[in-house]
Amino acid sequence: MPEIATDTTTPVEDAEAQEPRRRRMRRRGDPSASDERSGVWYPNWYWPSFIAPGTIVLIFLFVLPFYVVFSVAFGTVDFNNFGQAVPYYAPWWWSFHTFNGTLQQFYAGSHIYQDPLIRTFEYVIAASIICLVVGYAVAYYTARFATKYKGLILILLVSPFWISYLMRIYAWQGLLDVNGPINKILTPFGFAHTNFLEGKAITVILGLVYGYIPFMILPIYASLDRIQESLLEAGRDLGGSGAQTFWRVTLPLSRPAILAGIVIVTLPMFGDYYTNDLLGSTKTSMFGNLISQQTEATAGSTRAASLVLILSVIVLIPMMYYLRETKRQVEQA
Amino acid sequence: MSVAVTPEATPARGMRGYFRNPWRRPRFLQATTIGYLLWSMLPVVIAVIFSFNAGRSRSTWQGFGLRWWTDDPTDSLLHDAEMRGAMLQTFRLSIITVLVAVPLGTLFAIGIDRWHGRPARAANFTMLLSFVVPEIILGVSLYILFTSLFRNVIPLGTNAQLLGLIAFQISYPVIIVRARLLSIGPEYEEAAMDLGSTPSQAIRRVLLPLLTPAIFASVALVFADTVDDFVTVQALSAGSSSQTLAMKIYSAARASPTPEVNAAATTMLITTLLVIAGGVLFYKKFSKGQELGGATDFAQL
Repeated sequence: MPEIATDTTTPVEDAEAQEPRRRRMRRRGDPSASDERSGVWYPNWYWPSFIAPGTIVLIFLFVLPFYVVFSVAFGTVDFNNFGQAVPYYAPWWWSFHTFNGTLQQFYAGSHIYQDPLIRTFEYVIAASIICLVVGYAVAYYTARFATKYKGLILILLVSPFWISYLMRIYAWQGLLDVNGPINKILTPFGFAHTNFLEGKAITVILGLVYGYIPFMILPIYASLDRIQESLLEAGRDLGGSGAQTFWRVTLPLSRPAILAGIVIVTLPMFGDYYTNDLLGSTKTSMFGNLISQQTEATAGSTRAASLVLILSVIVLIPMMYYLRETKRQVEQA
Repeated sequence: MSVAVTPEATPARGMRGYFRNPWRRPRFLQATTIGYLLWSMLPVVIAVIFSFNAGRSRSTWQGFGLRWWTDDPTDSLLHDAEMRGAMLQTFRLSIITVLVAVPLGTLFAIGIDRWHGRPARAANFTMLLSFVVPEIILGVSLYILFTSLFRNVIPLGTNAQLLGLIAFQISYPVIIVRARLLSIGPEYEEAAMDLGSTPSQAIRRVLLPLLTPAIFASVALVFADTVDDFVTVQALSAGSSSQTLAMKIYSAARASPTPEVNAAATTMLITTLLVIAGGVLFYKKFSKGQELGGATDFAQL
């Protein structure tokens, strides 16, 4: 990258000379029409035209679909046409009748959706805890102790991101087969011919851990790697034991990363359905399975839309937390 | 352990001595890390090895052979027409998605970086939202869109899959390019304009070359991610004509998979790893001397 020589005045003088002009501009003008920092005037349409194409994509393929989901969920069903969805696009016509029907499956009547919902929370919480404990240990070791092999370990930690999730889960399917290697290894321990793939909670939970733990390790590693060693030395100098230093210096400093990791890991887990499809059965079906079953059914759109709305409510809080954190990080940078 | 020696005098042995020694090697953490790395990598390696199994099983080794890659006249990756179609569909979707999503995302990132008006903030918020929303929510929303409102305009199929992938992937280049823009700062462009270039010239001849590593990184990332994508592509497919490799793996895994599926998955794996490796190399080459570490930077995305 060639340096571009501009120095006719020193930067300090330059900044001082520009300052009043900038302030005037800001007071006078619409900030959208100018770049505040450079003081160059752009036509009104200039920067908006950069954003326009991407925004159009988002409006038509992100905002609009979500609106249609509302219209379908709060629409009705045409029983003369195999129960096809009849969306109501105008909000003042929205009726909550069919949506309520779906909602009631969670708590009233035959409540067929209750078990998957509870199971989803159980699995997600269990898997997140395992991810956190194992992930923290691995991240801690990599950040603090991995010396010669740090590069290699980092590559191995990152590579799961570039291996298809489906393939990684599929690989386990072969290993956990009734006649597969895991069964052979575990035979002396009394697990002969256990079918791990027939709706075992532990299989699905470990599958989720396997799939999403890389997302936990990397943010924690990044934050632990940034902690200055002098802080830890200070902790020890002031009389703290190793455990105390960890508990009162390292852990608090890595707390934002832990929270970020938990959010990043739980968000996709709540919507996961392929892990259970490949490693579990209907006995272990999760919330995502309910949705995917409806999209495969002939007239499942209304149900699917209602379930998507309910899932959106569930993930709303972690999502907002994550957005706020990223925004704060960008502002700090 | 029974010999009570003060740790200062001679290093104590056994468990207690180990825990008393402040300079002990972190054996437990080390074991966890090594165990984790083996656990995370071995299954994939084994799956790749089993694509060379001579028999039908993908859990019992029956000898080495290329049956599932090239030799079997109907069920090998090379001769299975359906699998070839799926591969073609995968690459078609990935290439077009990259060609659309990366330029749009780059423009969007530049615009967002320079224009701080309220509409820009709203657009940026929506963009970030599309980044964090679980894929199943976006995928099923799009499925509902293409089966209700757009039913007669864009039916489910390749076009719907493309639009869905673009919607899902556009945020990646935005985030990568934006991060790069923040680290470049406005000075180079200002300098160019001080020297008499128009704003468009400054962007074309100063900013874009500076953004090249970020754009390459986005291309690699979006390509690898669309090759691996499953949820969106499956929700918007119209049966076997728009099947991708990931969908083939999924449907075969639920039925009766043969090592052919392992071979297909291995192909996918090699493709994404090559693309990412290429991306990292380009990134390193272009960002030389720009104070940015290549691989780790890349990894944090």
